[in-house]
Parts: sequence; structure tokens; C-alpha cells
Amino acid sequence: MKSFRACAVTLVLGSAAAAPPPVRIGSKSFTESVLVAEIAAQLAASDGVRVRHVKELGGTRVLWGALLSGQIDAYPEYSGTIAEELLGGLGPQDEGALRAALAERGVCMGRPLGFEDGYALGMREDVARRLGIQTISDLARSPSVRLGLSHEILDRADGWPLLRDRYGLDRVRVRGLDHDLAYRGLERGDIDATDLYSTDPEILAQGLRVLGDDRHVFPAYRAVLLWRVDLERRAPEAVRSLRRLEGRIPTSQILAMNARARIGRFPEQEVAGRFLRSALGVSQGVRGESRTARIARRALEHLALAGGALLAAITVAVPLGILADRRRKVGQLVMGVAGLVQTIPSLALLVATLPVLGIGVRPALFALFVYGLLPIIRSTQAGLASIPPEVRASSRALGLPPLARLRLVELPMASRAILAGVKTSAVLCVGTATLGALVGAGGLGEPIFTGIRLDDFGLVLEGAIPAAVLALLAQGAFEMAERVLVPRGLRIESR
Amino acid sequence: MAKRRGGTTVLGPLDLAVERGETLAVLGPSGAGKTTLLELLLGLARPDAGEVRFGGAPLTGDDMLSVRRRIGYVVQGGGLFPHLTARENVGLVARWLGWEEARLSARVSELVELARLPPALLSRYPAELSGGQAQRVALVRALVLDPEVLLLDEPLGALDPVTRAELQDDLAAVFARLGKTGVLVTHDVAEAALLGERVALLREGRIAQQGTLEDLVARPADPFVMRFIRAQRTLSDALATRSVGRPRARGRTRGCQT
Repeated sequence: MKSFRACAVTLVLGSAAAAPPPVRIGSKSFTESVLVAEIAAQLAASDGVRVRHVKELGGTRVLWGALLSGQIDAYPEYSGTIAEELLGGLGPQDEGALRAALAERGVCMGRPLGFEDGYALGMREDVARRLGIQTISDLARSPSVRLGLSHEILDRADGWPLLRDRYGLDRVRVRGLDHDLAYRGLERGDIDATDLYSTDPEILAQGLRVLGDDRHVFPAYRAVLLWRVDLERRAPEAVRSLRRLEGRIPTSQILAMNARARIGRFPEQEVAGRFLRSALGVSQGVRGESRTARIARRALEHLALAGGALLAAITVAVPLGILADRRRKVGQLVMGVAGLVQTIPSLALLVATLPVLGIGVRPALFALFVYGLLPIIRSTQAGLASIPPEVRASSRALGLPPLARLRLVELPMASRAILAGVKTSAVLCVGTATLGALVGAGGLGEPIFTGIRLDDFGLVLEGAIPAAVLALLAQGAFEMAERVLVPRGLRIESR
Repeated sequence: MAKRRGGTTVLGPLDLAVERGETLAVLGPSGAGKTTLLELLLGLARPDAGEVRFGGAPLTGDDMLSVRRRIGYVVQGGGLFPHLTARENVGLVARWLGWEEARLSARVSELVELARLPPALLSRYPAELSGGQAQRVALVRALVLDPEVLLLDEPLGALDPVTRAELQDDLAAVFARLGKTGVLVTHDVAEAALLGERVALLREGRIAQQGTLEDLVARPADPFVMRFIRAQRTLSDALATRSVGRPRARGRTRGCQT
């Protein structure tokens, strides 16, 4: 929270905070990645490292980019993904070659954590037992098996076509369907087997048998931690801590944790803490935060985000509105540009700023700031334009210089309109700030997106309700402010 | 000097002088350029040709603000700042100039008495004042800095006949007592007669005739001057006109805004 505020202030005032930044561990937007990163973060914290888990940043590309640019210091990855996707098809997965290629990019790879999460086939236990199927090779002998495959693996050249040819599965009946529906189909008995990730919690929940890839068609997806080479110099104790996890998370454990988090709906922090206690004897699970404390912390983050952006928007938009009133041509240009920016979907704007501003608070503040501009510019301009000409004439005729006229006459008279614009921006910012969670800025969006990912409606509400309350409070606060800030003379009805 | 707007000359070329201590009433129909003339005198607008001199020195950008403070200006409609009380309106510039509170309130009470404004009204906001009261406040505001010149733009235009008559008398008294140089814009000949020692009649931006009102009545320079002076009917005229069955709407009546 402290670093968060510091960051918000940094952006607004443009001055750098002096304290050394915490080690930032990122995670992708799926449960397993969040769990591993959380485990690493809690372990490092218990080793005395100042550490922050930047949750659910996005997909592989986002995390990799963030690591290379130093926005994060470490994150969990899979060897197959590194070889295929990040290093552009490095070919055979020789660990030494991977390490060398990563080192060239300033990245270190730890030894495997213990579990693999690759493509595999899963089969109903009863069917598998009846047909005596243990491995994918066995499938060739049982062409009656009904296979439901996700579209992704069906279409990829290195997916089903490769599998079919290597194992001679030409006679097996295959249907393409959505991954989530596949589990439901298995449950109902519409299909007998499907492709899955080897650590999907449904394997446990539905008692599926994972068929071994005995001819090694699928690349190995061994889980590893990646960190920046410079971390060894900056925070050697953090690297020592990360290395403590090597070989300590077996497949059975991650399966159980995935199931606890996704099906049991326990918070990831708690699942991670429990694992650390039982597997590594780390007693001090980092924070056993109560729900109230959690909501309060997120609400504060949320307010800091929305408030910081609003403050910046006011400081820029009011002068722009004044300029728009003074110079009509410039005004049209300013409002045209601001209006154009307003039409960009907030999510797109947020993502577009990532390459420049990285992840975390900064892109979120920037996007909110940009969104907050237009209502204030427009209302400032409109407020000034609505001042009756005879009032303007008399303020000039009195011999007041331009700045004094602005301060003593024009701005007070436009105050109601300006405030209305600020109010609109405030509500907009509070609402849009939930999206900040997508780029690691925290706030009340975090439980919303985690809830969506986990299909946990309660968690969604834990973010959505406080966010709605905050928006209402912001609205109310500005209505009160109007009574204080708008001069009384403007509030009484004319006789 | 001359002033153009959008390609057409709205005022001038004309040459007009106001003597120190004299009150000039600028008459003319709507659109004749009366308000533009005041704006030029104040430096709110710049002449496209010629120059405006104040006390012998031409008005330039550098000292425009200080010159404006030596001129009191009552805008058409009063132009009070609605977000300030009458007292704050009156004291705005003096405060900005750093006047002490005691000096300001002494000056205000003096002027309030002069303008026959009930002091209790000073704590009201413009929206809580009647038209006549607002006009008196605007007059006080224009006089606070003790300007050498007072410019009035149709100060009585929007008022009902009774208030108007009252204020006319009070204005005449103020002029008589202060002896300031004054320029008053109006389209009401009787008002010009009451308040102005000299009259300039504008027509389409030029001076049709200037002199005393008696001159204009007795020796009109052209048919326009004659028509303008005569168009202002008295009550008895109006009644006489009606009795012969002419349509009522045709003539001008006093106090009618155009």
C-alpha cells in the first residue's frame, strides 16, 4: 500500500520515491500461475525479503515483456512455453540450451519446481478400467472410445494431427468442442476422453485417469521460475528464496492446490500458505487478512487510483477548458482530441499504454487520467461561456487584469458547471478503476476478475458492491462539495 | 476614429470631444453604435482608424487598466457579479487594489447615501435585488474609486416607469453634486434632456448633430434629427393620436425597449 501511494504520488508530482522498490513477482491470469507466484512471494516474505505479488497480469506475452523491461522481477513459466513461444521454437528441449538462450536476454531459469503442466488426455476412470487403458498408445486398440477435443488442439499441426499419426489413432471418433463443455460432456457420459492440462483440478474432482504420453508427442511443460539476472545482484536473498522451491512442488500437490482454489474456492493466499506450512515447514503464512481488512485495503487502493487520476485530470483539464474558452480554434481542437480519446474502449487504452508505462499503477493512472479529462474540459468551457456578456464587460471595465478577472469573477461564476464536470469524471474514474486490476494496479477490480476466473460470484460481489458504494459516495461527496464551493449568490433563484 | 465589425463600419468616422466636468448624452436609435462608442472610450474595443484620447493622452495597451479605473462604467442591465453580495460587488476592485477595510466602508456608506440605497440591501445577492436597486448598486460600484469620468449605458433602460422616474431624479442629483465628466447613452430624449448638458445624436455610426437639446429641437440639421426628436411622444400626444383612430402600435412610447 505504501509503495502504491508512493507510485501514485510519483506520477502526479513527477518526483521519484527514494526507497528501494520491493521485489515484484508476477503471475498469469490463471489459478496455477497465481498459486505458484503466491507461494514464491510468501516464502520470500518469510525469508525477510520485501516482496509484492503482482497478480493476474495477463497472458504469456505480457508477463515476458514485463520481465524483460524490469516491471516485474520474476514469474512462473513452463519450459515448453519458453522453448516454443518465447524463444521462437528452439527445438529439442535441452535445458542447457534453454538456459543459454535465456541468459542472452538477461533472464535466469531455476531448476524445475517438480510438476509438469502439459497437454494430456484424460479419460473417465470407469471406461478406462473397463477397456484397460493406461497410456495413449492403448487408445489405438479401442476405437470405440469417443474422444471430445478442444478446438485449439484439434486445429494445431502439433496437436491432434501429430498425435493421430504417431499413435495410429485414425479409427478413433473425434468431436470438436469447447474445453469447459468437454468436462461437462465427460460427466454426463457424452464423451469418454478429452484433452486437458495435466494439472486441471477437474482431474481430481471428476476422478479422471490421465493417459500417459508414452511416445512423447507433446513437449514437456515443466514448471520453472524465471527471474531477471540483475536480481541476483540487487536482491540475492530473494533469489535464494526462489531457489528453495526447486523440486518442492510435485504434481500431486499442485493438483490438490488447484482443486482447493478452483473447486473448493479457498483464497489463493490461504492455499499457498497452507502448502508452505505443510511442505516446507514455513509457519508464518504471510497475511491472514480478514475480509473486512481486505476490502478496506482494496477500497483504499481503489480510491488512491481514482483520486490520483482525478486530481491530475483537474489540474490539466481546467486550464485546457479556460484555453478552449479564450481561443475558439484551439478549443475545438482540444475537445476534438479529448472526445476522440473518450471513444477508445477503456480496456484497449489500458493495454495500449502497457508497452510504454509497463504494468502496475502507472498505466491505470494514466488511462483514468485521460478518461477524466473530457468532462472537465467541456464543463469548464461551457461554464465560462455561459457568463453573461454584460458581466464580463463590467469586470473588464472595472480595470481588473485578466488573471484577477479569472480568479475573482469568471471561475467562481463557472464553479457550478466545473464541479458538475468533476463529479462526472470522479464517478467515471471510480467505475473504470476496477479495470486497473487487469494491469496489476490492485483495487476493487481484483476480486471481481479473480471471481470471474474462479466462477465465484461471492468474490465478484466482494469487489462489485464496494465499487458501487464508492461511486455513490463520490457522487454524494460532490453534491455536498457543491454546497460549500458554489457561491451562495449563484444558488438562490432570481427574483 | 472609426470601428469596423465584420467588414462593415459600425461607428464613425466621427470626431467627438467631451469637456472636463461636462455631461454628454449620446442619443440614437438602436444599432446606431452607442454602446460601441462607450466600449471604445473604455478601451474595451480598439478603433480601426484614429485614436481615443483620455486627458490628452492616447489610450494604449500599457496603461489601459489604470485608465479604466479612472472611469466609472455602469453597464446596460447593471452587470453585477451574481456570486458576490452587493457589498462585495461594490468593493471588489478596491479590495484587489489593497484598500483598507475602514477606508472602503467609509467610502461605501458615503456613496450609498448619495445613491439613496438602503444600506441593509448591501448584504443581499444581486438575485435578491429589484432592477432599480441593482442599478443603484451598479452606480455605487462605478463610483467607489472616485473616477474622473462616469459612463452610463442605458442605465434606466429596463426599469418600470415609476422606478425610472425616481432614479432619473437621483442620477441628476448625483451628477449635480459630484460634477464629474459624464457620458450617458440613451434613446430617450427626455432622459437626455434631464441628465445631459449637451447632446450628440448618432445615426448609423455617425454623428447626425451635436449641441444642446434646444439646438436640436430648434435647428435640426436634417429630417432624421427632426423625426427622431419628434418621435418621442408625450402622453397627451399619444392620447390625441388614439382619439383620431390611428393604430396604437405605430408610434414609439416612452420606456419602450427596441
